[in-house]
Amino acid sequence: MITVLLIFFPLVAGLLLLFVKGPQVKNIALGSSILELTIAGFALIKFHRDATTQFEWNCNWIQSLGIHFHVGIDGISMLLVLLTTFLVPLIILTSFKNDYKNPSAFYALILIMQMALVGVFVSLDGFLFYVFWELALIPIYFICLLWGGADRARITFKFFVYTLAGSLFMLGGLIYLYLHTPGGEHSFDIAALYAAGQKMDVTHQGYVFWAMFIAFAVKMPIFPFHTWQPDTYTTAPTQGTMMLSGIMLKMGTFGVIRWLLPLAPLGVEHYGRVAIGLAVFGIVYASCIAIAQKDFKRLIAYSSIAHVGLIAAGILSMNTQGVQGAMIQMLSHGVNVVGLFFIVDIIQRRTNTREIESLGGIRNVNPQFAVLFLIILLGSVALPLTNGFVGEFLLLNGVYQFSAGMAAFAGLSVILGAVYMLRSYQSIMLGETNSITASFAPLETSEKAVLIIVCAAIIAFGVFPKPLTDIVAPSVDQLVAGLRVALGR
Amino acid sequence: MKALILLSSLGVIALLAEIFSVKKLLYPIVLLGLITAFVLNVFDWDATNNIYYKMMQFDNYAVAFTGLIIVVAFLWFLMAEGFFKEESNQTDHFALVLFSLVGAVMMVSYNNMAMLFLGIEILSIPMYILAGSNKTDISSNESAFKYLIMGAFATGFLLFGIALIYGATGSFDLSEIANAVSSGTLSSIFYVGVLLMLIGMAFKVSAAPFHFWAPDVYQGAPTVVTAFMATIVKTAAFAAFLRLFSTAFMGAHDTWTNIVWVMAALTLLVGNITAVFQTSTKRMLAYSSVAHAGYMLLALLAGNSYSNSAILFYAAAYSIGSIATFCIVNIIASAKNGDGIDSFNGLGKTNPMLAIVMTIALLSLAGIPPTAGFFAKYYILTSAFVAGNVGLVLIAIIASLIGVYYYFRIIIAMYFKESATSEVVEVESNHKLLLVFVAILIVVMGLFPDCVIKLL
Repeated sequence: MITVLLIFFPLVAGLLLLFVKGPQVKNIALGSSILELTIAGFALIKFHRDATTQFEWNCNWIQSLGIHFHVGIDGISMLLVLLTTFLVPLIILTSFKNDYKNPSAFYALILIMQMALVGVFVSLDGFLFYVFWELALIPIYFICLLWGGADRARITFKFFVYTLAGSLFMLGGLIYLYLHTPGGEHSFDIAALYAAGQKMDVTHQGYVFWAMFIAFAVKMPIFPFHTWQPDTYTTAPTQGTMMLSGIMLKMGTFGVIRWLLPLAPLGVEHYGRVAIGLAVFGIVYASCIAIAQKDFKRLIAYSSIAHVGLIAAGILSMNTQGVQGAMIQMLSHGVNVVGLFFIVDIIQRRTNTREIESLGGIRNVNPQFAVLFLIILLGSVALPLTNGFVGEFLLLNGVYQFSAGMAAFAGLSVILGAVYMLRSYQSIMLGETNSITASFAPLETSEKAVLIIVCAAIIAFGVFPKPLTDIVAPSVDQLVAGLRVALGR
Repeated sequence: MKALILLSSLGVIALLAEIFSVKKLLYPIVLLGLITAFVLNVFDWDATNNIYYKMMQFDNYAVAFTGLIIVVAFLWFLMAEGFFKEESNQTDHFALVLFSLVGAVMMVSYNNMAMLFLGIEILSIPMYILAGSNKTDISSNESAFKYLIMGAFATGFLLFGIALIYGATGSFDLSEIANAVSSGTLSSIFYVGVLLMLIGMAFKVSAAPFHFWAPDVYQGAPTVVTAFMATIVKTAAFAAFLRLFSTAFMGAHDTWTNIVWVMAALTLLVGNITAVFQTSTKRMLAYSSVAHAGYMLLALLAGNSYSNSAILFYAAAYSIGSIATFCIVNIIASAKNGDGIDSFNGLGKTNPMLAIVMTIALLSLAGIPPTAGFFAKYYILTSAFVAGNVGLVLIAIIASLIGVYYYFRIIIAMYFKESATSEVVEVESNHKLLLVFVAILIVVMGLFPDCVIKLL
């Protein structure tokens, strides 16, 4: 029941919000997202730290086709539901200083998107998963189209078509599996789909692998399916970018863990090498491009490709460290990237520029901001004792078990990441204060609140990650053990 | 069957209304009559009626499609109220529309080639007149003329096909033809007959390469008539097409599958790609209507247990989405004197309600969840997958991506482009109600498709 509540509460709140006018809209949106976080917190308290699926809800939806409204939360889902419900209030809070036209529609779309995201993370039925997956695309498309920057119509449309194309391949893959489910009546239930996929031989699992991998690779995105991403992240309004990079990107990596690995283990074993190669190449490629960027928002967009490449490589290595690391890193990346994009937003609103070169010396004007920025940045380059370190270490360990050469290349991401992040910090915050940055206004309360929460999360998870790993570890162990069995090892 | 009789009598009443000068009452009478017809139709469920010596068969297939046609007709009448007010000879319009509904019901319930032919003609002849009902507009005249010529041409093919099949099997009856096919050797004229009938039906459903009439006719005709053609006529034609090929010609499956395969692929690609280049929304919707015929051909080709309900659901989703889009295009075109895509500019600001309903309808036509159009496409793809037509599934996926491109042009125009004037478009309150109802229906059908698909 609590799962159903988690899904539909934001939807109801979002739809009601459409009828609210006036300055209270922001507060109501924030309030309802905090209420959603409370529900998630309640679920977390009641959650048993084991590998079972809890808070299940299963009822017929489209009976004649064996489609169920089947949702439930295991460790993997729990972590991502927490991420979503934690980030959405923060994202709403970041918008308090913006004056968007038609705010009720803006916040309603954010909340409706939250509903779809939570739905994706808790679905245990292939069809339901697909519906939520696509549903998440519509609100973010309109957020980017209505409140985005220059040339947004073309760029958001490209984003829409890219992701839709990927998704349709996934739909093809799901239908294919559905038609091979054992028993007389076909079913979209996750267990039936797993059974159908694992029963197939390498060739057919290969088809399933590629059909679904493309959908997830576009969403993450992995090289060479990434071309929509930098433009979209750059033109989207800050909150849209945060939703995209902080949460929506995790739909792709989550999809690989929950659906791709158990549906086509042989396919992953057979073709995963190519996919990991693409992911690792993407890490180096995106890092190099990030170094050359002049626009700070674009730089973070590229760094996101590098990070998610490592996550994907870790997952596709199909070992405990890789998947475990991916889960931790998904959470850390979500928090850090929201922090970074907010930093960009703060700088841009005060100086009207995102050019790294034209900024400088903000630390002299606003040392408080400099410290908070530094903490987030260190989390992002995975310094020990920050949240980024735990995940990145496990991920590299996982990739290393798969192939030492790949791990060496993937490890470059840590070095290159440090290069572009520290260089931009140096250029933006340090050095001489110039005419643009001289009047850099002090932080407002809402801005301070967001940055402090993000920094606290970065340090807390870095020093003491055990509560989080405890949630997810049993489910990951079970998943990897299941894969071993399916692969006959 | 009762619905058929009631609709025919309504048509006669509409003709008589001129004499007794009760024109004003006619509109509510027709709406009431449609509701009654729907209720009567429901009573025919599960009571398979062979009537007139098996000339017609009111099985569940016929009842389901008749129900759909009546519902869409009801929505269409709500949309087209203005059409019945504008000229002095309004009763003609009523009678013509009602008689073509009678034809549509015959086309979904025939069991005999003669009734198929009669149904098609009863449906088409009023449509030829209605297409030209805007007498002072030259393009409306052109539309009617083209429709008549092409329609007559297609009917010729159809009739020739029927004659050849009668020659080969000795019967007009669908089940007897099916028996003759399964009993073995048939002379080659039978296959020629099947081919000719296939061409005739392809004309009627506007499948490529026999679709050339559709865009001109759709664009020239008054918008409400176009809406009627795109929804009710298309549904009836597809139901007839499917009934013919899934019963009588199923045994000769091998002879026509390849042709229909190519037709489906061509229709999907030609319809969608050509729609991309249109600047008039009406013409764009005409090409999109051609494209939608392509998806339905996929289910027809599959010929499995999914086909009937897939086509029923697709026709329902497509018709309801089309009613909404044509209604809005009609409102916008008459307010701004043009149906170019740029006349939608800034609609999101001036008329948010219209823009939201249009968005939902377009998302449904493009096949995005959670709308009815998504489930319709999903179901069609499943039926094609089951039949092993993986190639066509891939083509359909690419085609629907192209579809997204042109449907989103209107969405982008509404929300992104600035309008030249900030004038609010006046919308009558009954149109508002209709549009909100249709938008809700689209989402509800997308969320709970089971209530439609479990019918067949």
